[in-house]
Amino acid sequence: MTILIIAEHDNKSLKEITLNTMTAATQIGGDIDVLVAGENCGSAADAAAAITGVRRVLVADHACYNGQLAENMAALIETLASDYSHIMAPTTTSGKNILPRLAATLDTSYFSDIISVESADTFKRTIYAGNAIETVQTADSIKVMTVRGTAFDLSETNGSATIEALSTVTDLGLSSFVNEELAESERPELTSANIVISGGRGMQNGENFSILEKVADKLGAAVGASRAAVDAGFVPNDMQVGQTGKIVAPDLYIAVGISGAIQHLAGMKDSKVIVAINKDPDAPIFSVADYGLVADLFDAVPELEQAL
Amino acid sequence: MKILVMVKRVSDPNVMIRVSADNSSVDLNNVKMAINPFCEIAVEEAVRLKEAGIASEVVALSIGTSQSQEQLRTALAMGADRGILIESEGPLESLTVAKLTQKVIAEEQPGLVILGKQSTDTDNSQTGQMLASLMGWAQGTFASKLEIDGESINLTREVDSGLQTVRLSMPAVVTCDLRLNEPRFASLPNIMKAKRKPLDIKPIADFGVDLTPRIKTLMVETPNERQGGEVLSSVAELVEKLKTEKGVI
Repeated sequence: MTILIIAEHDNKSLKEITLNTMTAATQIGGDIDVLVAGENCGSAADAAAAITGVRRVLVADHACYNGQLAENMAALIETLASDYSHIMAPTTTSGKNILPRLAATLDTSYFSDIISVESADTFKRTIYAGNAIETVQTADSIKVMTVRGTAFDLSETNGSATIEALSTVTDLGLSSFVNEELAESERPELTSANIVISGGRGMQNGENFSILEKVADKLGAAVGASRAAVDAGFVPNDMQVGQTGKIVAPDLYIAVGISGAIQHLAGMKDSKVIVAINKDPDAPIFSVADYGLVADLFDAVPELEQAL
Repeated sequence: MKILVMVKRVSDPNVMIRVSADNSSVDLNNVKMAINPFCEIAVEEAVRLKEAGIASEVVALSIGTSQSQEQLRTALAMGADRGILIESEGPLESLTVAKLTQKVIAEEQPGLVILGKQSTDTDNSQTGQMLASLMGWAQGTFASKLEIDGESINLTREVDSGLQTVRLSMPAVVTCDLRLNEPRFASLPNIMKAKRKPLDIKPIADFGVDLTPRIKTLMVETPNERQGGEVLSSVAELVEKLKTEKGVI
């Protein structure tokens, strides 16, 4: 087995979810290479070389990989694919954009968001908003997949892999990167935070999320939201936790003013401890919460902040 | 410009499904079915582009069982001009769906294909990307804003870190995220009108696409259920429990 991991990075640094993907690759076994494609991405490549167990880091540094455009990225990976039995990327908007395109180019199977490696050709993944888990297998010679970060531990980073520059430039000219509006936050990222506090429709508006932010700042937590809160325009989509947003599994998840729709539970029910604060005692969120507080969130949340 | 919009029949996303007793599949008997919510956003966007005078015709395509006609009628009631159903016996893999769609594109020659970003049953998020690859077209996934400017599209994408804007050459494939638009409710007169719009049913065998599954489902199981815990009476009690019982703060 020879595995290629597509690194998740912002040119300057490697995203932690790459290390979860490395653990999944290690469970398959064999030689593992990492591809870092971007523009001026040398420091991300250095970080990838430090992942324990990586054989080689392949670096494609060119303007046409800025913004990780799926067309150019899939074309680049296609030039490398014949050397590999598995091509893996973290389940992120980037991985989900690039790898299905690659799989079709290679005419091979694609597994989306795997949660377990059963063997080199068999994997588990969730369907129907996490209400069922399927075990799937393929005989295709190249297996392409994205990997759910929260389902695998972080790999260690005391390695020193060789770094090789790729001279291939696969600029298809189909698309171009215009700009990026990054959500600025001093808080930890949602998907890697140890504590997440999320608000739902019960927050009533975007301004009221400030009471969650105050608690988050005391706990070193990330702030999330339900789809209802995003749909209502309270907060941006990058805060969405759920089937159609981000999947999180922190040590502590605090759901505030969230009823607990199926699609929200899909994104957080693997959290270690779940706390629900909701004034409706019949809200479904209480059926998955370790601790429930039936209370008006506008009383309970400030009180919680004071108590911390 | 013609727009092809894809529509999938799925179980109602608000209904809790059950795994079949023999752990071979999800039991969809007597489960309420619906149009995949992201497909609804795709139809809405296509219809708006027609209303804005940018598109000349909106063709809705579904690939699935005969009952998928219901979801195509929903698309027609929302404003699509005509429907095509490629009728299959059972579920198909996304790559097969993309290959069948490729054949429809060869015939229909649309300038833009719009799909949902994922379906709420298999939760894959892959058909649009695969289709763009097979066509050799640009792809704009997870779209929250779409502006057509002559021969190209300015597309804003919902990405993990915020928003990304890309420029795509046309023809292209676009997949919709939640905030692209709010789909309309079809009015009763439009539902009646939709019944008379053309809906072409084509047998899947006519397309010459290999339907052999590449992925074998070995088992479908129910995840470990989480048990509800205790309802506490005060914030003070909650903080105490989190500190001492669980040690998470």
